Amino acid sequence: MNTCLLEIKNLKVRIGDKTILHGVNLTIDEGTVHVIFGPNGSGKTTLVGAIMGLPQYEVVDGDIKFKGESILSMPSYERARLGIGLAFQRPPAVKGVNLFHLLKAVKRNEDDILAAAEALNLKDYLHRDMNKGFSGGEIKRSEVLQMKLMRPTLLMLDEPESGVDFENIVLLSDIIKEMLEKKQPIVTRKRSGLIITHTGLIIEQIQADVGHVILDGRILCSGNPHEILEAIRTHGFERCVECLEKQRKR
Amino acid sequence: MSLSENDIQQLQKVGYDPSGTVPRSGSFLTRDHEVVSLEQREKGLEILPLGAALQKYPWVENLFFKLVPKEKDNYTREVAQHAPVGYFIRAVPGARIARPVQSCFFIKTARFSQMVHNIIVAEPGSELHIITGCTTASYVKQGKHIGLTEFYVRENARLSYTMIHDWAPQVRVFPRSAALVEAGGAFISNYIALTAAELVQAYPVAKVNRGGIARFNSVIYAPQGSHFDLGMAAKLVEPEAKAEIISRAVSDGGVVITRGYLEGGAANTKGHMECSGLLLRDSGSIHAVPELKGTFPETDLSHEAAVGRIADEEIQYLMTRGLDQETATSLIVRGFLDVRLKGLPPELQHAIDTMIEKASLRSTV
Ligand SMILES: Nc1ncnc2c1ncn2[C@@H]1O[C@H](COP(=O)(O)OP(=O)(O)OP(=O)(O)O)[C@@H](O)[C@H]1O
Ligand SMILES: [Mg+2]
Repeated sequence: MNTCLLEIKNLKVRIGDKTILHGVNLTIDEGTVHVIFGPNGSGKTTLVGAIMGLPQYEVVDGDIKFKGESILSMPSYERARLGIGLAFQRPPAVKGVNLFHLLKAVKRNEDDILAAAEALNLKDYLHRDMNKGFSGGEIKRSEVLQMKLMRPTLLMLDEPESGVDFENIVLLSDIIKEMLEKKQPIVTRKRSGLIITHTGLIIEQIQADVGHVILDGRILCSGNPHEILEAIRTHGFERCVECLEKQRKR
Repeated sequence: MSLSENDIQQLQKVGYDPSGTVPRSGSFLTRDHEVVSLEQREKGLEILPLGAALQKYPWVENLFFKLVPKEKDNYTREVAQHAPVGYFIRAVPGARIARPVQSCFFIKTARFSQMVHNIIVAEPGSELHIITGCTTASYVKQGKHIGLTEFYVRENARLSYTMIHDWAPQVRVFPRSAALVEAGGAFISNYIALTAAELVQAYPVAKVNRGGIARFNSVIYAPQGSHFDLGMAAKLVEPEAKAEIISRAVSDGGVVITRGYLEGGAANTKGHMECSGLLLRDSGSIHAVPELKGTFPETDLSHEAAVGRIADEEIQYLMTRGLDQETATSLIVRGFLDVRLKGLPPELQHAIDTMIEKASLRSTV
């Protein structure tokens, strides 16, 4: 039986004095992969940032529980050590620090680092300042490389495929699938995913279990990710806006 | 020579190996004002106490107080009043001394005023590398060091000079040096100071002739209570002369002034300067003073300077990978200080890396 890995209740998040998330509820079971759709600026990055514990996302109400315990008071590094990982949509460049330095600092084995870099075609990037001058696709691969070595129980990917060419999407999908134990029987899967995407390219490859639409800081609906994606493709988010208005009137 | 276990450790920290196991072409160790070790192991290399060199070679007189005038300031006058203590190191014409000469000025007596005068000559076509470490015995808390050094880089010669300081917190230090780089010569000066000193004040000047090059690199980590006022100047006086000045300074509560001066006074001269400063606390300061002076139209001088703190965003990003704030900070500080100094023997680069590692870890306490 699957148990709950992440449980978010009535989460309200502020950036500065602007409230971005207005009460999000979301439950992710062990071994499942969730996908979040939503227009630009709807609060997707804010949600994963708040789960990760980035301080600019200030939780003003609600709770986030990971493996049954509230993590709200934990700094991000403790959450990372508990098994929460985030591949950033737009990570900052870090002058003077390269992937190799970082991965050594988090005690990864040198051979593992090299093997992972090889798998992601990033061998030449291990010794360059992180994200500095990296192309869009290189940034995404570098984020996934870090996740591959961190092996989080909850893997959050913020638009992992945007700016990535088709060949590399296949490569990334394959590695993500492996990280999410998609090649194992369902009952033995322990790792879960929360993936933000606009294109759906990656979910076709990864076989996501649940989809959510986030609009204006709220989860509007949840369901079969392929159906949701199909609806968004056909009608755009406009239909979702109408739906939200109907919900509000009720 | 009687060096205690502690002394040996102290010397090793500044790149001086008393055991003889690290590849060196020669050694010169001065304790207070006494020369306690002098060795030369390669042909074409000459190492003498400066006093002895003045007696042996009448022409050394012509190099003595010529680049740094006696009357420059109170400190040079103080040095001039005493019989010279210090070294004369020379590579004969064409000699390629690949392994570095190591030297150290060691303050062993508390409150000692160490005054030294060095002359270095890389004769035409020669190559010479020198490491000079300056440090105090572990129990010495106060002291003064005045070091006057005159560098002569003759035609097509190559001289690298790496100075590593590891002083006690209440030592006052006044290096006074100048270099002459003759046609086609290369002078590389590296300065590394990663521990506290009450005051270090230096402003070496290189005069660069036709086709020559001067490179200055400095790496400074200034803890609380320390004060570093460091300048580097190059005057490009003949065509095709070049210079590069790179300084990296971290203030962990200390005061740092990095001055840089480039003067282009002839055709096709080129100079570039980079001063970067990182502030770790509210209490310290970094003052970058880059100056450019062109006195000839076909000169190309430029500088970049940046002083700031580590962006929160960078620390936060690294923290999401499981590093606490202190470790994330030290990783960034370490990267900032990590300049690959050209022309250093690998084991010295390694020693410097270790010092930088230590300094960056201190940034977190
Ligand atoms: N530092 C900030 N200061 C002010 N507003 C911010 C800040 N960061 C984000 N916002 C705002 O919060 C809202 C939600 O941003 P968020 O990044 O979560 O959107 P998103 O759904 O991830 O969008 P996209 O699809 O474009 O990545 C946006 O209106 C954005 O402008
Ligand atoms: Mg986003």
